[in-house]
Amino acid sequence: MVSVKPVIDVAISGWGSYIPMYRIAVEEIARVWGKSPKHFREELLIDEKAVAGIDEDVATISVEASKNALGRAGLSPKELGAVFVGSESKPYAVKPTGTIVAEAIGATPRVLSADMEFACKAGTECLQCCIGLVGSGMINYGLAIGADTAQGAPADPLEYSAGCGGTALIVGRKDKEKEPVAILEGSVSYVTDTPDFWRRQKRDYPSHAEAFTGEPAYFTHTISATKLLLDELSLNPTDFKYAVFHQPNGKFPLRAAKILGFKKEQVEPGLLVPYIGNLYAGSSITGFSAILDVAMPGDRVLLVSFGSGAGSDAFSFVVQEGARTKRDMASKVMDYIKRKQNIDYAIYAKFRKKIVI
Amino acid sequence: MSVPRYWREIPERSRLEASKCATCGNVIYPNRARCAKCGSDSIEPYRLPERGKLLTFTVVRNPPRGFEKMAPFVLGIIELEDGSRLMTQITDVMPGEVTIGMPLEAVLRKVSEDGDSGIIEYAIKFRPTF
Repeated sequence: MVSVKPVIDVAISGWGSYIPMYRIAVEEIARVWGKSPKHFREELLIDEKAVAGIDEDVATISVEASKNALGRAGLSPKELGAVFVGSESKPYAVKPTGTIVAEAIGATPRVLSADMEFACKAGTECLQCCIGLVGSGMINYGLAIGADTAQGAPADPLEYSAGCGGTALIVGRKDKEKEPVAILEGSVSYVTDTPDFWRRQKRDYPSHAEAFTGEPAYFTHTISATKLLLDELSLNPTDFKYAVFHQPNGKFPLRAAKILGFKKEQVEPGLLVPYIGNLYAGSSITGFSAILDVAMPGDRVLLVSFGSGAGSDAFSFVVQEGARTKRDMASKVMDYIKRKQNIDYAIYAKFRKKIVI
Repeated sequence: MSVPRYWREIPERSRLEASKCATCGNVIYPNRARCAKCGSDSIEPYRLPERGKLLTFTVVRNPPRGFEKMAPFVLGIIELEDGSRLMTQITDVMPGEVTIGMPLEAVLRKVSEDGDSGIIEYAIKFRPTF
């Protein structure tokens, strides 16, 4: 077990998200493949998903989310000591997305940058690394990004949920932060070799082990990581105002919450999958971003990711006054969710490069 | 576009880094060694504003090679908040919804890809403010 309570206390200094404006409804995907949308809408609680435009990818999503985070943090990009991008839909197989983002926001050249990969957990991996670097005193600020333009093969059940978007979090030292957004109480990671979902080299779309993605993968890791963290910090579900779990659909996080003893009201404010689908590496941290958009000082927030392969990172934050004072300095998650244009399957196929010219 | 040229132009294409003539105040974008207005070589770095309004536009339905997948797309001339003007793509809007005078803001987007194995070129485009 990895237990993280850094030597130097760390805080979230800024946060920002970005969600593309295009949406495709589950009915439209089901229409093309002759399926009923009922299962996706009523059981998995997905109405529609966000689709990246023809000129968008993980780099462009990350840049807008990062600019929003920097604006809220009131930081010059030159103050960033690290820029990490977590994703499973990197624009290049070999060439870091992190350098594209760092250059575009003006953080280069004196900065550590890398891409992280752990399926849907890659975003919180970046967060753990930033916590480690800031918490050890090596850097003053680190930028952790989780973003994806998730792939789902045509007609595959994943096609109904694989969405696009992401979030950037700036981690800073608590003792140097004038207006912290949220203070980290602690975090843990829990990983095993569980092959529930994968994508081999040179394959466009992932494969998955159907129902195997549930019990031994999502639920085991999410629940184990959460229990470890609660034990480590001597906390109970009732101590939290909000809880955000990874959202491959709406059913899984609500079920995990119920097993752990969290109420629906603690989970629903950060449950975004009905409106934008599963953002993969951006999923849980975008839910966390939506919570920071509305939380009040003193609120305790649980953030638990899950990445296939498999593992979970769990964090406990206590929201500070900075969340309230900084939230209007950038577009909020709900602003992006409301800014939408529905498209049909033909335009979706063009945007997602399913049409080969 | 060649890789070296794309690399050289990243600051102006990705961050709107322009320059300003220290002699006459003329804003220069894309960057040049001398002021096109007064000929001075006294040039200072200058960051263009990221907001402006649309002065005029056209819809490209027969794109040049390399831009086929983007079509139809909108090319516009934008007047930025400091009065300087530039031509760029307008994104996140259907061609029929574009109006002269609409407020716009800068976003980084993909401009083109050099086939399946070449580099991906990014640059600032503008989208309707929201």
